Formats: sequence, structure tokens, C-alpha cells
Amino acid sequence: MLCGGAATAAVPDAGLTSEQLEQLGERNLRVVETAVADIAASGSPVALEVLQALQDGRLYRRQADGVTLVATRVGGVLVYSDPLIGTLGEPLADADVTLIRVSNRIRRALSAAIASLSLDSEDPAVRLAAARQFIDSPDSDLLEAIETALVDEPDGRVRNELEVARAAAIASDPGQSEEARREAVDRLAEAGSSRARRVLLGMFIEEGSELDARRDAAVEVIDRNLARWQQIQNLWHGVSLGSVLLLAAMGLAITFGVMGVINMAHGEMIMIGAYTTFVVQGILRGISPALAEVSLLIALPVAFLVAGLIGVFIERTVIRRLYSRPLETLLATWGISLILQQLVRTFFGASNQRVETPSWLSGSMEFGQIMITYNRLAILIFALVMLAAVILLLKKTPLGLHIRAVTQNRKMAESMGIRSDRVDMLTFGLGSGIAGVAGVALSQIANVSPNLGQGYIIDSFMVIVFGGVGNLFGTLVGAMTLGITTQLVEPTLGAVAAKVLILVFIIIFIQFRPRGLFPQKGRAAE
Amino acid sequence: MITARLLSGRMTAWDVAFLLLLLALALVVPLLNLVPGSDSSFHVSSYMVSVLGKYLCYALLALAIDLVWGYCGILSLGHGAFFALGGYAMGMHLMRNIDGRGVYGHPVLPDFMVFLNWDELPWYWLGFDLFPFAMLMVVLVPGALAFLLGWFAFRSRVTGVYLSIVTQAMTFALMLAFFQNDLGFGGSDGLTDFRDLLGVSLTADGMRSSLFAASAIILALAYLACRLIVSSKLGRVLVGVRDAEARLRFLGYRAERFKLAVWTFSAMLAGIAGALYVPQVGIINPGEFAPAKSIEAVVWVAVGGRGFLVGGPIGAVVVNAFKTFFTGNFADYWLFFLGGLFVFVTLFLPQGLFGWARDRLSSRKGGDGG
Repeated sequence: MLCGGAATAAVPDAGLTSEQLEQLGERNLRVVETAVADIAASGSPVALEVLQALQDGRLYRRQADGVTLVATRVGGVLVYSDPLIGTLGEPLADADVTLIRVSNRIRRALSAAIASLSLDSEDPAVRLAAARQFIDSPDSDLLEAIETALVDEPDGRVRNELEVARAAAIASDPGQSEEARREAVDRLAEAGSSRARRVLLGMFIEEGSELDARRDAAVEVIDRNLARWQQIQNLWHGVSLGSVLLLAAMGLAITFGVMGVINMAHGEMIMIGAYTTFVVQGILRGISPALAEVSLLIALPVAFLVAGLIGVFIERTVIRRLYSRPLETLLATWGISLILQQLVRTFFGASNQRVETPSWLSGSMEFGQIMITYNRLAILIFALVMLAAVILLLKKTPLGLHIRAVTQNRKMAESMGIRSDRVDMLTFGLGSGIAGVAGVALSQIANVSPNLGQGYIIDSFMVIVFGGVGNLFGTLVGAMTLGITTQLVEPTLGAVAAKVLILVFIIIFIQFRPRGLFPQKGRAAE
Repeated sequence: MITARLLSGRMTAWDVAFLLLLLALALVVPLLNLVPGSDSSFHVSSYMVSVLGKYLCYALLALAIDLVWGYCGILSLGHGAFFALGGYAMGMHLMRNIDGRGVYGHPVLPDFMVFLNWDELPWYWLGFDLFPFAMLMVVLVPGALAFLLGWFAFRSRVTGVYLSIVTQAMTFALMLAFFQNDLGFGGSDGLTDFRDLLGVSLTADGMRSSLFAASAIILALAYLACRLIVSSKLGRVLVGVRDAEARLRFLGYRAERFKLAVWTFSAMLAGIAGALYVPQVGIINPGEFAPAKSIEAVVWVAVGGRGFLVGGPIGAVVVNAFKTFFTGNFADYWLFFLGGLFVFVTLFLPQGLFGWARDRLSSRKGGDGG
């Protein structure tokens, strides 16, 4: 029950004495200041934790014997631990301890000590966070620490942030020379981040001075930079949405684009893929938690098979009878979609199912001033790989050859000995299977519920119609264009208005290019 | 007299039977609702009158779809949008008739506008307090939208499934837009809490019966109009468009103009159906724009049998009677049934119930009657 955070791992060490710790609670500020400096200089592995606790107001004194304790909040309850020994034998009541308060003067000394300690950390991420902390609360007292850290900082990103931190400290200090502050302002402008912008706006400057003008110019530079990055961020969101649309539409590009079958149950194939992921994950987690990490990879072929077989079944029982009547196919497949939705609702319930994200897909990375989450990045890469695989399949394999032959001229293909009804079955199974695989990927970002497919069906049709039927490259261009346009319009108009606008745009677009961006040429076109 | 001459030789026995049935309903149902006491076994409850009235509105919508799908080959997956627009126009009129009796008691603004802190009525709400203006909008708004869409689509020869998908995108876009609060149509709650129509309370028994009778008579008139259209020369051109549009064009017909005219007329009928529907169910919300609603209406027509005019209304009533039965007793199985119906009818009843029944009858007679 008692797990006192990092203190659990602490071992008694010579660098830190209980006297120093007790001095932190003294009334005499000078004593406290010395204690902070001593602890910081002690080189003890728990020094940082103690000082951080003091700054955060988590350092307590046990009333019984005056021992200093670090409190950690675990599940809403404060758990106390002795930094020198580790966890306490028995839990303490909140009434047994008193909080050690810090005055403003100590707080400043503390931040300096904490920051320089953090800068000594082995982990570049901790050092980066420390440098950013410096920028957020610039303090010329910290200059020395920053300079020292800069001397032997190996990591380029941390170096860069440290330089900005130095500039921030100089710029914010009215005591520095005009010359130095001007240079610092320029360095902040170069940094171009919203952090640097806040520093600039917080500077204490005489109004109308030369520095003031310089600062305004710097803020403007940063604003321009940030606006540019905002555009890039929107662009990334657009590409990401485009990759989702591409994944969703790819199966339809086969069934509708190549075969000309209006498959309104396409969205349900995606939904079935997502539910397959959920089931596979549940089974694997039951076997071993380690397997759950790779469950997505295992779910991919399973979802392809499940959705593909359902597709083959639908083709054999319903669609085969309706090839000459496309409008009726639309109605029948809509009926199938209703049945599939209700089946899933009956077995799994109407509520959302939780599909876990494996650790290797969680988290994000920074790129300039924007954030890129790993799962979105993975979906983009996956969509492109899938597209390449499908194009290769259509262009380089015997099945692909047969599919294209039947698409272009069914009679001729039949007289060459191609069993066209078998090709139809396999093509529809392939398209459905691809939709199932897309469902595995989309389970990472969408709500896995019986209605999952409904959200994608209209968008998928739009992508195909926009890109041109029977052309996978057109599907890629269509998906990306729609994704990027939506995201670029969204910030100014709002999500719903953007969607409406895109639909209206496509409706108008079809008037002028009824066969899409990349229409099929030749006899197959009519 | 003119009508009689126009109709002579154009009406089949089925048409006459259907029209007589509608007129009988318009008389009998209100009578059975108003005259016998509520304990009599002949009494039709007010609730039942509203349900039947709702069916008639659906039947009118199905008639509109049958006209364009059965005779012109245009499969619209967006007729629900025209229906809902007509409904909203009627709903706006009813909202204006609340006259300060809303929760907030504002003399002019509907409750949801007061709730949004709006100061005055948006311009597009002006005039809706006048009944004739509102009724004009019931046909003009869906008609104008259909005309615009059709003008662009038919001129650039968007046909078949492409047109279906465009109409579906249209109703989907409208649904998203109407869900927005700032559009000024009540957002996701839609328009409701209606009080009275033409000065009479909507909850009065006489009102329900009158709305039912009006629905039946308007359905009968719309049916007559559709029969006139499809049995005229225009109707033959339409069937030509359905069966061989290119050939018709080579013969010198401007196919797109005929399509546009019938398409717009059909949208207006759908708008009227929506306007009759709203006072009988007491609410209109953006859910009516959902693509699923439009496609369900198409299935009514498929079930009843397209290309007969009478098939659409039959399908609408049959399917909705089943729906009322299922959702009351086995709600979980309704979608299985509906989905199965879609598949079964397209595979095994391409002519629908009416076509199947007629074929059975004529084969029994051994002749070519019907």
C-alpha cells in the first residue's frame, strides 16, 4: 500500500544529512538558504526530489520527532516517505505532520538550485524540460547556472533551448546593459516559439525606448513564425485526415471503383475490422499481457480474413444476382449494413468498446512548433503502405491481371478463359478485406461502436467520386485533397461548416467533372 | 368536367379503387373518432388518428419518390431533405403561432432564440406568421433546392448512382447544418412545443381528425396529378428517359428539361408531405435529414412496387405498420427485419408487392387484365 514515489528506491547516502533536511524547516531564512545550497551541492540522488517537494509544497515535518518527510499524492491520498530511508513502516495521518512553507526569497534560491540540478540530469528530456522552465520563469540569478550547463551540453536541442533561456534571463533583467538586452531580444525572436513570445511580452521596458521598438518587431517576427507553423500544423492534420479517408475509401475503390458495385455495407466492413481488433486483443491479453502489445499486428490478417470472408459470402448470396441492376445493389447492401450493425449490437452491445493503444503507438514527437502523435503518424504510413500493396497486387499478380481484364471487358476476358464470376467473388472479398484491415487501424482513433461504419461511408464515396472511379491514384489524390481542404478551412469556419462546405463543393464539382479528377478513358468509361 | 374528360381512359380500376379508399378514409376515420364514445368498439382513438395521418404523409412522400424513380429512373436518396424542409417551413409557422405562450413568454421570439440571447427574429423567419406565406414556402423552398440541384446535375448528365450519391450528400450536408444552433432553426432539438394552427389547438380532437382528412384528400389530389403526368405525353417521354436516355436525346428531346420539371414537382410533393407530417407528430428536428430516413423511404417504394404510383403509398403504409408493430413488441429485431426486407425485395420482388399481386391475379384469370 505504501509506495512513496521515487523515494522508495532511495538508499541512505553520505551526501545528505538529516540535519540539512531539518534546517529546511527553520525560521531563519539565512539558515534555510544555506541548507538549500548545501543540499543542491551534496550530489545526493534524492536532492532534486527534496528541493522539488519543498517548492511544490509537499515537504512536511513529522511533529513527533521533527524528521523531514516528502509527501506524494497517490490516488488522492498523501503518502509520506523519509527521503533518507525510503517508505515509512506505517502510514501517517495528515494531522501528525506540518507543512514546511517557503518564503519568496527561498523560492528564488530553490528554483535556481532545482534548475541547475535538473541540468545535471542524465536524461536529455529532463534537461530540456529544465531549460524550458528557465524560459518560462526567466531569472538573471540563474544565468550562471545556464552558462555552466551550456559549456558541456551535448544535445543540440537542449543547447538551443538553453541559449534561449539565457536570452530570456538577460532580456527580462532591467539591470542588464541595453546592448545585451537588445541582443537577447533578437535571440528570442530567432527562437520563434510562443514561449519566447511570452518572455518578450513580460519584459520590463521603458515605453517608447529603442528597446521597446525592437521588442515589438521581435514579437511580430514570432507571430509570423507561429502563424506559419499553425499552417503547417493544419496541413499535418489535413494529411492525417486524408490518410484516414484513404484507408476508409481504399476498399471501396476496389468494390465500387473496379467492380462498379455500390456497396453501402462498406462502412460495416470497417466496423467489423475494428471489432475483430477488440476481440483479438481481448483473447491475447487473456493469454499474456506481452502479447497484447502486438495484438494490432496479429489483428491485421485476422480482420482481413473475417471481413473478406463476409464479403465473399455477401457477393455469393446477394450481389451476384444484381450485377445488371446497380441501383438495386445499393438498396440490398444498405439492408445488409443494417443487419450487420444490429448483429454487432446484439452481441457486443450498443456502447463503445475500448481498444487499447500499444505503448509503441502512444505518445508524440515534437517537430518545430508542432506536435505529431505516433498513432496518427502510424496510420499515415500504414495507409500509404496499403495503397502501394494494393496497386502492386492489381498490377503485378495474376489475380490483379484477371481483375483488370474483367473490369475492362468482361466478355473478352471470359473468352480468354478467365472465370469471371470467380474473379468477381475474389475482388469483392479483397475490397471487403481491405476495409477490415482499415478498421484495425481506425480502431486506434475512432470510437469502436456499431455505428462506426456510418461515419465513413459518405466520406468514402465522396473520395472515390472526387478522385475518379477505378483509379487508385485518384483515390489517393482525392483523399488528401479532401482531408487537407477540410483542415485548412476548419479553423476559420468551424468543423461542421467546413464539412458542409466540402460536400457542397463536391456536389458542384461533380457537375463539371462528372467522372472525377482522373476519369477512366476508353471503352470502359461508358 | 374538364378533369373528367382529361381522366377518361387514363385511369385504371386500381386508381379508382385507391382514390375511393382515400376518400372513404377521409370521411370514416374522423367520424369514428368524433362520434362514438371512447368505450365503443367502433371508436378510433385520437392517437390512432395521428398514427394513421402519419402513414398518409409517408405515403405522399413515397408517391413523390415513385414518380421520379419509377417513371424517370432517378433514384433519389435525398427526398427526406425535401420532406424535412417542408416540415421546417410548417414548423416555423407553428412556432410563430405560439404567440408568447412559450416557457420564456417572449411575444415574438421562439423559446430557443430567447435561450440563445437573440434580440430579434432573423430575416428568414419574417412572414412565417402568415399562413398563406408559410404554405407557399412549404412548396417553394424544397422546389427551389430541387430545381437548383437538378439544373446543375441533369445539365451535366450526372445520372445513375452518381446522382443518388449527390442527393445523399445533399441531405447529409443539410443535416449537419441544421444541427447547428446558430443557423436559427433550433439546433438538435428542432422545433416543437407547438400550440395551435389557424387558431385551433393542435391537441383538440377535431383538429387531429381535420389534419387526417386533409392528409387523405391532399394525397388523393397529388395522386391524381401524378396520374395525369404519367399518362400524358410528358409521362411517355419520362419513361423514355428512364429506359433509354441517350436514344431519346438523339431523337431531339431535351431530356434534362423533362427530368428537371418532374424532379422539382416531386420535391414539392415531398415538402407538402413534410408540412402535413409536422403538426400531426408535434415536432421536427434535424434527424429527419438523416440519410437513413431517405433511404428507408426508397425502400417503401421498392416494397410496394415502383412504377405503378399506387405502389409507393402501399409500401409506405405496409412497412410503417410493420415498424409500429416491431418497435412496440420486438424493438431489437426491427433492424434485422428492415434489413432483410431490403435484401428480399430487391432479390425476389423486383416489382414490389403490388406488381407481384397484380401478376398473380392476371395469371389466375389467364388473360392480360389488370
